[in-house]
Amino acid sequence: MRDGDYLTHLQRLEAESIHIMREVVAETENPVMLYSIGKDSSVMLHLAMKAFHPAKPPFPLLHVDTRWKFREMYAFRDRMARELGLDLIVHVNPEGVERDINPFTHGSALHTDIMKTESLKQALNAHGFDAAFGGARRDEEKSRAKERIFSFRTAQHRWDPKNQRPELWKLYNARKHKGESIRVFPLSNWTELDIWQYIYLKDIPIVPLYFAAERPVVRRDNALIMVDDERMPLEPGERPEMKKVRFRTLGCYPLTGAIESEADTLPGIIQEMLLTRTSERQGRVIDHDSAASMEKKKQEGYF
Amino acid sequence: MSHVQDELIASDIEAYLKQHEHKGLLRFITCGSVDDGKSTLIGRLLFDSQMLFEDQLAAIEKDSKKWGTQADAMDLALLVDGLAAEREQGITIDVAYRFFSTQQRKFIVADTPGHEQYTRNMVTGASTADAAVILVDARNGVLTQTRRHSYLVHLLGIRHIILAINKMDLVDYDAGVFRRIVDDYRAFADLIGMEDFTAIPVSALKGDNILHPSPAMHWFHGPTLMGCLETVEVDETRMQRAPVRLPVQWVNRPNLDFRGFCGTLAGGVLHPGDRVRVLPSGKESRVARIVGDEGDRPRALAGESITLTLEDEIDVSRGSVICGADAPAQVADQFEARIVWMHEEPLYPGRTYLMKAGAQTVQATVTDIKYQVNVNTLERLAADTLELNGIGVCNISLDRPIPFDPYEENRDMGSCIFIDRFENHTVGAGMIEFALRRAHNIHLQHVDVDKAARAALKGHRPGVIWFTGLSGSGKSTVANRVEKKLHALGVHTYLLDGDNVRHGLNRDLGFTEEDRVENIRRIAEVSRLMVDAGLIVLTAFISPFRSERRLARDLLEDGEFVEVYMDTPLEVAEQRDPKGLYRKARKGELKNFTGIDSPYEPPEAPEVTLEGARLDVEAAADRVIEALRDQGMIPR
Repeated sequence: MRDGDYLTHLQRLEAESIHIMREVVAETENPVMLYSIGKDSSVMLHLAMKAFHPAKPPFPLLHVDTRWKFREMYAFRDRMARELGLDLIVHVNPEGVERDINPFTHGSALHTDIMKTESLKQALNAHGFDAAFGGARRDEEKSRAKERIFSFRTAQHRWDPKNQRPELWKLYNARKHKGESIRVFPLSNWTELDIWQYIYLKDIPIVPLYFAAERPVVRRDNALIMVDDERMPLEPGERPEMKKVRFRTLGCYPLTGAIESEADTLPGIIQEMLLTRTSERQGRVIDHDSAASMEKKKQEGYF
Repeated sequence: MSHVQDELIASDIEAYLKQHEHKGLLRFITCGSVDDGKSTLIGRLLFDSQMLFEDQLAAIEKDSKKWGTQADAMDLALLVDGLAAEREQGITIDVAYRFFSTQQRKFIVADTPGHEQYTRNMVTGASTADAAVILVDARNGVLTQTRRHSYLVHLLGIRHIILAINKMDLVDYDAGVFRRIVDDYRAFADLIGMEDFTAIPVSALKGDNILHPSPAMHWFHGPTLMGCLETVEVDETRMQRAPVRLPVQWVNRPNLDFRGFCGTLAGGVLHPGDRVRVLPSGKESRVARIVGDEGDRPRALAGESITLTLEDEIDVSRGSVICGADAPAQVADQFEARIVWMHEEPLYPGRTYLMKAGAQTVQATVTDIKYQVNVNTLERLAADTLELNGIGVCNISLDRPIPFDPYEENRDMGSCIFIDRFENHTVGAGMIEFALRRAHNIHLQHVDVDKAARAALKGHRPGVIWFTGLSGSGKSTVANRVEKKLHALGVHTYLLDGDNVRHGLNRDLGFTEEDRVENIRRIAEVSRLMVDAGLIVLTAFISPFRSERRLARDLLEDGEFVEVYMDTPLEVAEQRDPKGLYRKARKGELKNFTGIDSPYEPPEAPEVTLEGARLDVEAAADRVIEALRDQGMIPR
């Protein structure tokens, strides 16, 4: 061994995430990886491929679809599943489809509740998944700083902040009763900067929407919303204009604000992130409620 | 990120990224109370390293007006605050993890409260930390809680202790105050065997000696807090110098030609061709390949999650440990360990828990609590149980031998958690000190006359009929009748009940919860011996706890245990009250009486349930006999 050899922060984060994934696969019966198509999901998927190489990850991907994602996200999702040869399950809440739940007529809160929170529970129940990997990070939001890596849910998928298990060393207790499940967050200790640096270092594919390009947008409530398809109702006099924009987070297009940007390379994105100094969650419309709203959503079963 | 960094980001982002690819990672824990300025210190580190975004700052400014304690100034403490309910109480009650980075390192801070009842949280936060920052208020000096925190981080094996003497601005930056506190602390450090620590005078509020040397304390020539955090050795780097250990988490078998062993390297540096010994089997081989997704790798360092293949086809499974052949780990099934209890229900010696160590989960029993440590005074106290937040030195016995290293030598190989078998909670944490005897020295005498041979003489299969139920539920009545019927059938039986056990074998036991656990454990062991001797044993004890009945069942083989539940309502049993015990219990003359002030946990899946309210003893006994025939214990 040469003197002064050490693991870099990305190597240590990578090792921890892989350790967690292997532990879950060894100790649970029917795990699944929630795949949201965003940059964190891309990193999580890359780590899963690495953890089980040369085998495929021994679990399917689950995309809980709201039907309102950007078109480029769907294309990217299908391409990734095909190229990596992975089993992809797509679930849309059939009740939501029947009642035509959408962010325009029903508002973001109801849309998120029915098409994401409820839909996720439906999918987990239908397939009997007892562990689900999610890409959430502790640095995203204050209440997540205390979230465990293994987060226990009751048979009703509720999260009880008072009844979570202590996590010591690398020893995770994955035991549970029938019907109970675990949400596992292998990226807990990554920050937004770590994610981008890792994507850059490993050349991990991400949805092109993260890169600046000319896109049709309208300005609403001080946010730039992209007119991604013909379902978006325009206000009287409202006309989409072409602007060079990109997205820091990806979700349902009517609920995701774009930022004006010239950054069309990975270093450019990282540079912009380090110099602009507003956090990524600003683009998420659902966070603009009270400070404790995330915690409430978590208790109800939202990630 | 400094101003210089900002310029580099703006002018040459690729150079910046290159530089930051080589950053290391340090995990540390901060200990102290809100009054010591701990939250302010963490807020200061986050703030000064500029890992805050404008919208987060705006939110804090808004919060400061609502919750802050710093009048009009922004309250840095609010940066590190958490759940809504806690915010209202004005305290944090759990472990929270924060992140910041400098040019040299990324940092993960475990933030835990200093309050006494939260030993559990501190131990959790300290278990993954490379370093600890212990905060002392310069006006107060070394307090009880300072000693407690220091003892705990030392217990958890943290090698780098930084004593941050805070609020120096409130003592006029006086060197004398600083030195007196350092001397006090050194005396205590010596007492607990802490070899070294680094003391730094700081003011978290004003930023003195945090990032930059303080102009107000020219008399201090040591490092700044950040300087210290940027240079102390990361534990995993130290572990590269330890013997090779790979606890196998997962066996990767995509096809018949590939068998990869996956795990996180817990010690050493591994190369292809290295000679290894697999424990507990003891088989040896060589590393064939270290497999990576970007091609095979020339070596792996401690801390990396790897996949390797071996040259020989030897048996390796989850829980095995691949060790350097020159310095393999020990294998044992009995240890002395330090245990920190983390659950409201105390640790009872004799009760069986699951123990997870590395990738193996085994059954473990604490056979003896040698003593408990009072974390405030460091006194050793005798103890029958270990309560929540209690720390004890204990003997542990496992149901099978496991590979391990003492915790002091290797944290990943010497640590374990205890899990409640019914609720699945993580109830305790353990640090293995040494093996009480080496498992490979035990040579169980091989006995040719075995259980099967003895049973063959009898014409029936041995086993236990375990009656459980409230006092006065009818256990002894039915057990007696069953024994008579079995005797008439020519079956060799023995009935264990309160009369022949309480006055002899167990006369030293009372009725506290821990004595009840021990009572049942002894009965279970005696029953097992009698089953080994070929008998059918009947036991008639209240045996109120599921876990002890489970223990009795687990001591036997499948099909040897018949649990008979006397399902009699409390009102009925109390009305019968054959020994007048309920009356005494109701009057308070009898403590810990089952059903009155001590719980009864009904069985979840007994082999036989008898309704005790309208008891037909003859019919009940017949049902038990029928169950024995169903199990094949006695012939039809």
